[in-house]
Order: sequence, then structure tokens, then C-alpha cells
Amino acid sequence: MSVMTYLGAIGAAQREAMEADERVIIMGEDVEANVYGTTGGGKSRSSEGDFLQMFGKKRIRNTPISEEGIVGAAAGAAMTGLRPIVDLSYSSFLYMAMDQFVNQVAKNRYMFGGQASMPVVFRSAMFYGLNTGAHHSDRPYPMFMNVPGLKIIAPASPSDAKGLLRAAIDSDDPVLTFEAVLLWGLKEEVDDNEYRIPLGKARTVREGTDVTIVAISGSVPEAILAAQDLEDEGVSVEIIDPRTLVPLDTRAILESTAKTGRLVIAEPAHRTCGAAAEISALVAEEIFDALRAPIVRVTAPDMQIPFSPSLEKQMYPTRATIGDAVRRVLDSAPQRLAAEISR
Amino acid sequence: MNATLPIETLLEMQRRMLRIRRFDERASKMVKRGQIPGTVHTSIGQEAQVVGSCMALGEQDYMSGNHRSHGHPIGKGAPLGPLMAELVGKATGVCKGKGGSLHLADFAVGSLGESGIVGSSIPIATGAALSAEVLGNGRVSLAFFGDGAANQGSLYESMNMAGVWKLPVIFLCENNQYALSTPAHTVTSGVIAERAAGFGMEGVRVEDGQSVLAVYDAVSTAVSRAREGGGPTLVEVITYRYNEHSEGLRLGTDYRDAAERSTWLDRDPIVLFRDHLVSRGVSADTLDALEAEVLAEVDLAVAFTNDSPYPEPSAAFEDLYTDVEVAA
Ligand SMILES: Cc1ncc(C[n+]2csc(CCOP(=O)(O)OP(=O)(O)O)c2C)c(N)n1
Ligand SMILES: [Mg+2]
Repeated sequence: MSVMTYLGAIGAAQREAMEADERVIIMGEDVEANVYGTTGGGKSRSSEGDFLQMFGKKRIRNTPISEEGIVGAAAGAAMTGLRPIVDLSYSSFLYMAMDQFVNQVAKNRYMFGGQASMPVVFRSAMFYGLNTGAHHSDRPYPMFMNVPGLKIIAPASPSDAKGLLRAAIDSDDPVLTFEAVLLWGLKEEVDDNEYRIPLGKARTVREGTDVTIVAISGSVPEAILAAQDLEDEGVSVEIIDPRTLVPLDTRAILESTAKTGRLVIAEPAHRTCGAAAEISALVAEEIFDALRAPIVRVTAPDMQIPFSPSLEKQMYPTRATIGDAVRRVLDSAPQRLAAEISR
Repeated sequence: MNATLPIETLLEMQRRMLRIRRFDERASKMVKRGQIPGTVHTSIGQEAQVVGSCMALGEQDYMSGNHRSHGHPIGKGAPLGPLMAELVGKATGVCKGKGGSLHLADFAVGSLGESGIVGSSIPIATGAALSAEVLGNGRVSLAFFGDGAANQGSLYESMNMAGVWKLPVIFLCENNQYALSTPAHTVTSGVIAERAAGFGMEGVRVEDGQSVLAVYDAVSTAVSRAREGGGPTLVEVITYRYNEHSEGLRLGTDYRDAAERSTWLDRDPIVLFRDHLVSRGVSADTLDALEAEVLAEVDLAVAFTNDSPYPEPSAAFEDLYTDVEVAA
């Protein structure tokens, strides 16, 4: 074990995979110079762990700024024997390649009757909450959840980042990973050995009995803080981090919600058709009878992201807004309502 | 052609280049002190290319830009106060604090918006040229983009449409020879200006992009062609950015050679043009006074910014639709 940041864990997973399998290559803008910090040991070319030194230009490939071409070329390479990791840096840049994602990456295996496999990972980071303005702050993972054929992960801790990325690289299907930049600096003890966390398995972040919070990506640390506040108020919160959004660990969500009878879902994406909307629908369809209160979503509003710090800070779920949502859910529990009415 | 330019026009060129330099120097400081949230991309070193292009346009003409975003509206004549207030996120910002550095836009001077997404605003300038052509209002349009953006498909889709429809648009490639850490020649096949030939349009390469007059001449020719119905032009200007890709960014890897950088520092467009103006008979006093005026303008812009309030939180929920309210 050693202490790693989330970003360091991503770098470690990439290095392990590059060392283990020659078919793994990394391509993207500015990856040679390690601009985003996952293709190098230190910051300098001569420092130990520099990917270009270790793996050479063939496998660490600087691309032009041509996202549509990059994504499509990675797909073509994956169909013919490579296992590319594509660093798209900002999640907002995925839109440039929407056609390739939706019409090629996601559909080829299916359309061609299973002849193609698509072992490619697309990494990108969501720079929200950092006053980057509307073009760089997107959290677009729900759009991609709506595209059958793509697997989607959104790890929220360094250990999960390392293990899930290794599993993603192993996958013979295309995997998109969405990292919240706000998580990049998180540190914890991470296993130095190779390990994988299977896609599609949620993590129970903490156990509790009164209410379930399903938290996604950058909302996980906020949910943990909210749960600590609520504990002081005598409320026992269970937190589930799905970690993989497609395929979703529906069982973990349903079991926890069935146990607590109350569900709050927190995520930084927009409200309409978000992951929270999908999870709400799932729970309402499957275990409506187990619910003791309406489901509450805590999300970004259906609004673009403003630049000014005084405006942006209100846009995403926080410790406070998640805590309030839990209090609301508890207040509206039927038995308490009934008790209040009979009093 | 430039021999015929009145001295006032030349002085205005120098004024605008100085505005960009001093504004960006101040913005850089403010980023490092945490007074501007996020980061900014300066046009320091590239002022000649920006101002030569903008001055070849009329006030009514359109322009779209990219992440290296302050020089474009300043070059087009936008007042500095609301630009600086936007960088800080104040309510008096040119976009009410919603846009920030990356998304400056001042429609009053034809600035249709800077873009944080590389290559994304080139079609917008093309569309502005389309409206000018359909409406017959005689305006032309110019898209600023970098050597990095020259590898985005949006450029070639735009060039093709503009070529086939003979749109009054100038595709202005600011070739500062790097896209972030990536040298242009390592990711660019062939010569950017020569790509124009494939679309049946004129392509010109301004080798001396540190000369405001050389840029002005090339873009003026393109603007005349556009206004006379001759269609689009691709202009590639060779220049150099003096600062890091963005302010505060620390890259350990030396992707730019120190000797190369110092060669370009020796060709500072503002110093070069000052010398030119002196050779044209402008007194040092006049030029010093101009410099002082610009510094005072930047000070005023900062004071305006500091005196301005931040937007009310509710302002985040304005301006999305024309007639639909969105709940917080
Ligand atoms: C679609 C897209 N891809 C990548 C980026 C990240 N990025 C921002 S600026 C930049 C380099 C742009 O280079 P160039 O077009 O030459 O402009 P310069 O910065 O040199 O002025 C990159 C890669 C982006 N903003 N948008
Ligand atoms: Mg460039």
C-alpha cells in the first residue's frame, strides 16, 4: 500500500496496463508532455516514470486537436487489435466526437453481428466547480448513458479509480470514464499491486438504517460530509456509490433502499434525464411499496453553468443541500406525518 | 498600401496593441494573485496579428474568436472596463459575469463570442458571413483560430461552405507554432495556408506576423475581396506567444527552446511598430503619452471592476431561454 492521489492512481493503472500488454497505447492531446499529469512520474521528461521515456512515441501518441478523428481512429484501432486508452482531457470535448461515439463506437459490434469488439477506454475529466465557464464545466455522463453499447464508470476515490480503470482497460467493450477534477487531489492508501474492481459493482461507502443516499462522482465526498452532520442529529445514513453507471448495480441500490425505505440521489449532472432520474425510475418501478417517503433528487438545475464564482457555487449538490434533502425525506415519512396528525 | 494610411490610423494600431499588452499583463497578475478565478490565455507577443486583422475590418463587421480571447474584442475596439469586469465575474461584465475570460463577447463591436472549445466558433463566423450575404448588408466576417484548431474538421466544413457559397469570410489562423505543449509541425500535415487551394480559395501566409502592417495588408486584401463578392480567404499568420499557454500553468517539460523564444522576444510587435512610427516622424513624446494613456485606461478598467458588485445568485437563472423560467 502507498498513499496515492486520485490522479496518481489513474497514472498507476495506466502504467500497469502499458507494462502488462503491448497492445495498450495512450493517445491524446499533449500526453507526451504529461500536461494533465497521468502520463508521467514527475513533471519533467527526465524524471523517473515518464511515459514517453518508458514506452516510446509509438505507444504514447500526441494527437492533433481533432477529437472526432481521434475517437474514430481509436475505435478503428481497437477493432483491429489495439487496446487504446484515449485521453480526451475535458469531458466537454467529447461532443466534438459525438458521431463517432454514438454511431461507430457504440454500434459497431452490434450492427456487425458481433464480429467487432471495441476494447477502448475514453478518459475525460469534468472541470466543474472551478470557474471555468460554460464550455469546460460539463458533466455529460448521462447523455452517454442514453447510448446503448457504451460502458460508463465514474470512480469517486483513488482506489476505485485504479481498480476500475484496470477493469475498463481489460474490457472488450468501449468504456468511458468520467473523473471529477475536484476528486483528482483526494489521497488515500492504495494497493500497489495490480487489482481490478469489476464493472457494474457498487460500493457501500457507509452503512446506515434510516435513509439511503446514492451519490455519484464528485457528490460522494459531499454526501459523506452530509452523513456525518446527520449522524450528529441521530440519523443513520447509508451511502451507495454505484461507481459504474452502465451497467448499473441495480441490486445494490434496490437492496439498500428497500432496507431504509428512503432514497436521496445526489449527482452533479443536470436534472432532466440524469443518472438520478434513471435511478428514481428504477426504484419507483421495482420497490415502490418499500418506499416510506418520496424519492428526492439533488442535482444541478437544468441551467447552463455560469462563470462568476458568486453564481457557480450554487449549481451543484453540496453537503448542505444533500443534508437538507435527507431531512426533507425524513420529515415526509408517512408514519411521522401520521404521528403529527394524530397529535 | 500601408504607405497611404493616415498617421492617426497607425497610432490607433499602436494604441490597440498596447491595450492588449497592458490589459493582458494586468490580467496575468490578477490570476496569479487569485483576483481572477480560473485562468486566462494572453495574446502577449501576438498583438500585431490581432490588431492588424481587426483594424482591417470595419466596426460593423463580425468576428469570432477562441480561448486566447482578450485581444480579439480589444482589437475590435471594445471598451476595457466591462471586459475586465467579466474576467473577475462581476455583474457589470460584458456578459454579466456569465461567460468569463473564455467567453468574452461584445456584440456592439461585432464580437460574436470567444470560444473555449477549440475550432467550435469557426462555423459561427461562417454563419455571420452567410447572413451578411443573404441580407446584403455588406458586412464581412472573420474567424480567429490557432494552428491547433486548424486540425479540426469544423474548419474544413466551414471553408467548403464558404467557398461554394462565396461567403464574405476570412479564416484567420493565428499560427503561434504551438498548441499548448504540441509543436504545430508535429501534428500538422503540410502547410496550413496551402490547404486553401483544395477549396478553390486564396490562401496567404504572412511570414512576418510581428508586423502589424504586414498583417493589416494581407487581411485588407482579403476583406476587399470578400466585400466585392469574391468569397473567402484563408490567412495564416506566423507569430509567437510570449507567455505560457495559460497563466499560472506550470509545465515541467521544456517544449519550447529558450533560444527560439528569445529570437521572437527580439521581434516584439509593439517595439517594432514604435520604431516604425518614429521613422515615420512621430515624436517619442507622442508615443510616450500614448503609452501613459493606455496604462491609465487599464487602471480605470480595474477600478471599474473593483467598484462593481458580483451578480445576485438569482442572475444564474436568467438569460437561458427568452420565455421559459427555469427553477433553481
Ligand atoms: C475541442 C477542444 N480540444 C482541446 C481543447 C484544449 N485546448 C485548449 S487550447 C488548446 C491548444 C490550442 O492551440 P491553438 O489552436 O494553436 O491556439 P493557441 O493556444 O496556440 O493560441 C487545447 C488543446 C479545447 N479547449 N477544445
Ligand atoms: Mg497555437
